[in-house]
Amino acid sequence: MINRALNPPDVNLAAKLSDSKQLANRFTKIKSRDVNVYYGNKHALKHVNLSVYKNEVTALIGPSGCGKSTFLRCLNRMNDVIDICKVTGKITLDDYNIYDSSLDVVQLRARVGMVFQKPNPFPKSIYDNIAYGPRIHGIAYGKSELDEIVQNCLDRAGLWKEVSDRLEQPGTHLSGGQQQRLCIARAIAVNPEVILMDEPCSALDPIATARIEELIKELRENFTIIIVTHSMQQAARVSQRTAFFHLGELLEVGDTQAIFTNPINSCTQGYITGRFG
Amino acid sequence: MNNTLSTSLGKSTSSKTIRLPDFSGPHLAKRYASERRFRILGISSVGAAGIILLILLSSIVSKGYSAFWLHKVELNITFSSEVLNPDGGAVEEVKLKEANYLALIHNALKQKFPAAIGNRCKIRMLYGIISPKADLVLRNMVLSNPSLVGTTKTVSLKLSDDLDNLSKGFINRDLPESDRRVKDLQIDWYDQLKSEGHIHSVFNTDFFTTGDSRDPEEAGIYSALIGSILTLTITLLISFPVGVMAAVYLEEFAPNNRFIDFIEVNINNLAAVPSIVFGLLGLAVFLNFFGLPRSAPLVGGLVLALMTLPTIIIAARSALKAVSPSIREAALGLGASPLQVVTHHVLPMAMPGILTGTIIGMAQALGETAPLLMIGMVAFIVDIPQTFTDPATVMSIQVYIWADSPERAFVERTSAGIMVLLSFLVLMNAVAILLRKRFERRC
Repeated sequence: MINRALNPPDVNLAAKLSDSKQLANRFTKIKSRDVNVYYGNKHALKHVNLSVYKNEVTALIGPSGCGKSTFLRCLNRMNDVIDICKVTGKITLDDYNIYDSSLDVVQLRARVGMVFQKPNPFPKSIYDNIAYGPRIHGIAYGKSELDEIVQNCLDRAGLWKEVSDRLEQPGTHLSGGQQQRLCIARAIAVNPEVILMDEPCSALDPIATARIEELIKELRENFTIIIVTHSMQQAARVSQRTAFFHLGELLEVGDTQAIFTNPINSCTQGYITGRFG
Repeated sequence: MNNTLSTSLGKSTSSKTIRLPDFSGPHLAKRYASERRFRILGISSVGAAGIILLILLSSIVSKGYSAFWLHKVELNITFSSEVLNPDGGAVEEVKLKEANYLALIHNALKQKFPAAIGNRCKIRMLYGIISPKADLVLRNMVLSNPSLVGTTKTVSLKLSDDLDNLSKGFINRDLPESDRRVKDLQIDWYDQLKSEGHIHSVFNTDFFTTGDSRDPEEAGIYSALIGSILTLTITLLISFPVGVMAAVYLEEFAPNNRFIDFIEVNINNLAAVPSIVFGLLGLAVFLNFFGLPRSAPLVGGLVLALMTLPTIIIAARSALKAVSPSIREAALGLGASPLQVVTHHVLPMAMPGILTGTIIGMAQALGETAPLLMIGMVAFIVDIPQTFTDPATVMSIQVYIWADSPERAFVERTSAGIMVLLSFLVLMNAVAILLRKRFERRC
């Protein structure tokens, strides 16, 4: 396994890259050490060591069934709901082990938001979709503050202009792309530190995809984003770091530019050049 | 067009391995025929069900509609003070309460048809024209207005059930006298009263305001209706929350182990247990062990709740299962606790389905008689039950009691009782459907 991020010289390597200004002072947000995931007898994720840096977009790529979604769902413990799923190893968020028994999963999920593959707005009004998170976490005091949050989040998700006149309509009546942006707006309404995105554009057309990608680039300033994607181009466009998974193993991880221009692992090379996968 | 295409292509490509879809020939005709057959079968089964329902309803309505009317006769009643106040002195309420009002009716009848006087047999026939409970009407009149004593007034009194049947045309006058309930002399008197315009038909309000009675003309469904409402209230109050809680726990929170599987299997089996067994359970547990009162809507409601529970649990579980997992994930991903996920999202979305199950369960409970048999609710209840512990019966049992009674006039009341029962059912379902629609709109 080649893990450039793990080795101290990696920082030097990063400094050599063209956009070194941006990458110079990296702050590790999430660190995983020797993470293994088992679904019953199936060893789905093998010894994954991966660091995710703050205010960067990390793309997880790899062929279907390689464990990238599984890894993503470990980061906010969404795997907990699956009975047969067992996770070992250590994942830290700001140096705090998220699999610690004293940790409140609900609080973790408020800090680590998630956007799913299929847009899944609640069958409630657009307003209530956004307002739900702030309501249950006591973020907003009073109606006017809540209104402000809703407008702000819709605005940041680039949806305000399209839906400002129909906030009372069900969120499920929007188009697919709009629904996904609504889900992103819903996720950022809780003010998470990290946003996990599980193939957020796979159900969308190219125009809607482009809008989401623009949105991801903007959101990077305030959030740490981890995105699972099947689109090589998307990973190259939006991410600063890329991790390549194959058969449950993390084969290679590094700065996106390095991975796409000069992959070290032959398997990675084969995948990104389209020769396999 | 397609035929020629496929055949020509088939010829041109001489290779055996390539076969194009066959758009012609017998297999297509077979497919069309089977589809047509299926459609015909479907339509005819729906039609058959509709016809059977129509026959059922029309037979009930045609038998029962006449119970909503009855005939009254106008008599000149003399409220003579000799009868009402035989001891003389001041007219007191205590005396008026105990006075013999039947004698007033008998006197009026004798005055109208003096020919019957002297013959005990004829006198009995004469008295038989009027309902034996008609004196209560006079008593109430006098008690509310004591100044009536000593005056004469025309009062409408109910005909007895036999005469009422005669006026409704249910008694065949051509039969020999010994074969019919109404004798020739009574028919003559009836015809005379009729020709003088003393007999008229009125709406049978008593049917909707009184309890059961041995006399069909006095019998009403009201006490049974109230009994049903009280019983079903208990049933709903217990089975709905308990059923929904059980379903939510089993579906959303319960661990996956043998014990939970065992409970699930048993709940499913419980739905198939004969209802009389629940009655035996109620008798043993609620009456004998806990000492709750017999014939009470409280006990009836408890027994029916036990019976309804599995229906509601099974329906609620399938409704909860049908809620898309993506909604649960969305809420969990936002940091909602498992309980918040259920109460804020899953339960509201499953509510229409849960309500459908509840309607089915409650409709079953409304029509149930067997379990109530064991806890003494098959009872002759005249008084309107006021509380959950008063003796009561329910409409289905009232219908059963009337169907079992020998009097001809109970036949129409049985059907009328069924009509009230069915209307109540329709009303109940309408409320539930309205509630369901509201939930569906909100979601």
